[in-house]
Amino acid sequence: MSTPTPAKWGLRTLAFGYLGLLLLAPVGMIFYKTFEHGLGPPIEAMTSPDALHAIWLTLLMVAVAVPLNTVFGVGCALLLVRHKWKGNAVLDGIINLPFAISPIVVGLSLFLLYGTDGWFGPTLSEWGIQVLFSTPGMILASVFVSLPFVVRETVPVLQEIGTEQEQAASTLGANAWQTFWRVTLPAIRWGVAYGVVLTTARVLGEFGAVTIVSGSISGETETLPLFVAKAFEQFNEEAAYAGAIVLALLALTTLLLMSVGGRKAKAQGGPIPITGDAAISTSTTKEGS
Amino acid sequence: MEGHPATLTTNAPPRAGIRLPGLGVGLGRGLVVLYLSLMVMLPLAAVVAESTSGGLGAFWDSVTGAQSMAALKLTVICSLIVVAINAVFGTIIAWVLVRDEFPGKGAVNALIDLPFALPTIVAGLTLLTLYGSDSPFGLDIAFTRVAIVVALCFITLPFVTRAVQPLLMEMDQQMEEAATSLGAGGFTVFRRIIFPNLLPGILAGVLLAFARALGEYGSLILISGNIPFDTEVSSVFIRSQIESGNVAGASAVSVVLLAISLTLLIAVSLFARMGARR
Repeated sequence: MSTPTPAKWGLRTLAFGYLGLLLLAPVGMIFYKTFEHGLGPPIEAMTSPDALHAIWLTLLMVAVAVPLNTVFGVGCALLLVRHKWKGNAVLDGIINLPFAISPIVVGLSLFLLYGTDGWFGPTLSEWGIQVLFSTPGMILASVFVSLPFVVRETVPVLQEIGTEQEQAASTLGANAWQTFWRVTLPAIRWGVAYGVVLTTARVLGEFGAVTIVSGSISGETETLPLFVAKAFEQFNEEAAYAGAIVLALLALTTLLLMSVGGRKAKAQGGPIPITGDAAISTSTTKEGS
Repeated sequence: MEGHPATLTTNAPPRAGIRLPGLGVGLGRGLVVLYLSLMVMLPLAAVVAESTSGGLGAFWDSVTGAQSMAALKLTVICSLIVVAINAVFGTIIAWVLVRDEFPGKGAVNALIDLPFALPTIVAGLTLLTLYGSDSPFGLDIAFTRVAIVVALCFITLPFVTRAVQPLLMEMDQQMEEAATSLGAGGFTVFRRIIFPNLLPGILAGVLLAFARALGEYGSLILISGNIPFDTEVSSVFIRSQIESGNVAGASAVSVVLLAISLTLLIAVSLFARMGARR
């Protein structure tokens, strides 16, 4: 059925108008605001010691949380798909939890465990380990909020590829590790890569959970999103906008990778994972209809 | 909804192929359970334990306190308005992306995921720049409830669209053609044929968007003004309680949010299972 032209234009106007007002115009505006007075001010704002430290700390979060959740994610996906177990449904539910929990609640939960009156806080501080208001706590928060992505993206691809090639490899004498590295991992690599991109995006931008556990100390426990919020609250708009631009550019890169990754994963035969926080897998890469 | 997370364990292939390499299955399972317990379950258990640390009476008082109730009500009502708006616009956008042809469609399609990729604090800041006191349109909605709705619309925009798109693609257009040739008008075709087919996707998207909206924090703190009894949502209320040292009260409200989210999550997975069976 081809929609009659007036209806088609009406729908187009509504769709583009909504996207334009809600997404494009605000993001465009922030680029304009940042570069209103040229490249100098934002670059200067981003090369201050606090800003550089915030960037470094944000990258550190990614460097620790993403590999942890990737190894966990692939292992867990293998267990869920290849090994039937009564507990799988429960595991599956628990893995989805971080999608549905407010980041503030995540922060509170870590505060309760590792704070000075927390379950583990006193013991750990006796051992000289400071978790809250320092890097370990922030890493725990990042791991919590980004935990589901790799599992969610790997499971459908793993289901799709089946086990024939793996069986062939083991018939030919490959051991489990060889089969995994030479057969399984190459077959699921785009699904995993897509999950890694989503995990990275989430860790880069995490605000609510990190804000509770970090204490947001400038130059010490301040990630880039915290830096942006604080700069704005202190009326240092230039720094806030410059930081936001750095994060927005990272987000746009992510978006590009998501779009490419989704297409590759589809070409590989997996269900098409264009996903956000809630991991709705859809076939959005199909052009036309 | 095919490929939805909740359906993943339903059709596992027969037990063959590689097992966890190197590690025994039991060991692997133990590690997974340990990781999930340390990272997710223990922290959440601490929240639940803390919420009732003063007894059930104290829990109830914290939740039903005037400021906490005002925040909860505001959060739920705003979230409901937001999912209603995005149910309509999300479906329209999905329709345009699947059934319409125009140059730059791929770019628009990729743009839908922007709210998932953009850090929430940046989302709040961008909206404040355009619709705050310096608005070039002269539209100042900063520190009002309208601002909360706009920010949440931004954050939850992709859910319905991404849930409806695959259903639209799979839909058999012959049904619509048959209806049209039998004399049904455009609206009738939509109401009797298209809408019922898209409904499961719309509902799933709405539930996920609602769960997300309930807990949102980062995009709201700059633009909502966080005024108690007026524009303070639950997550901001929890934060203020933590800062003023009322951790038990913060935990009580957190448990309420957790309970709502969990119910929604279970509803989504039941939906997905029903959809998969059909």
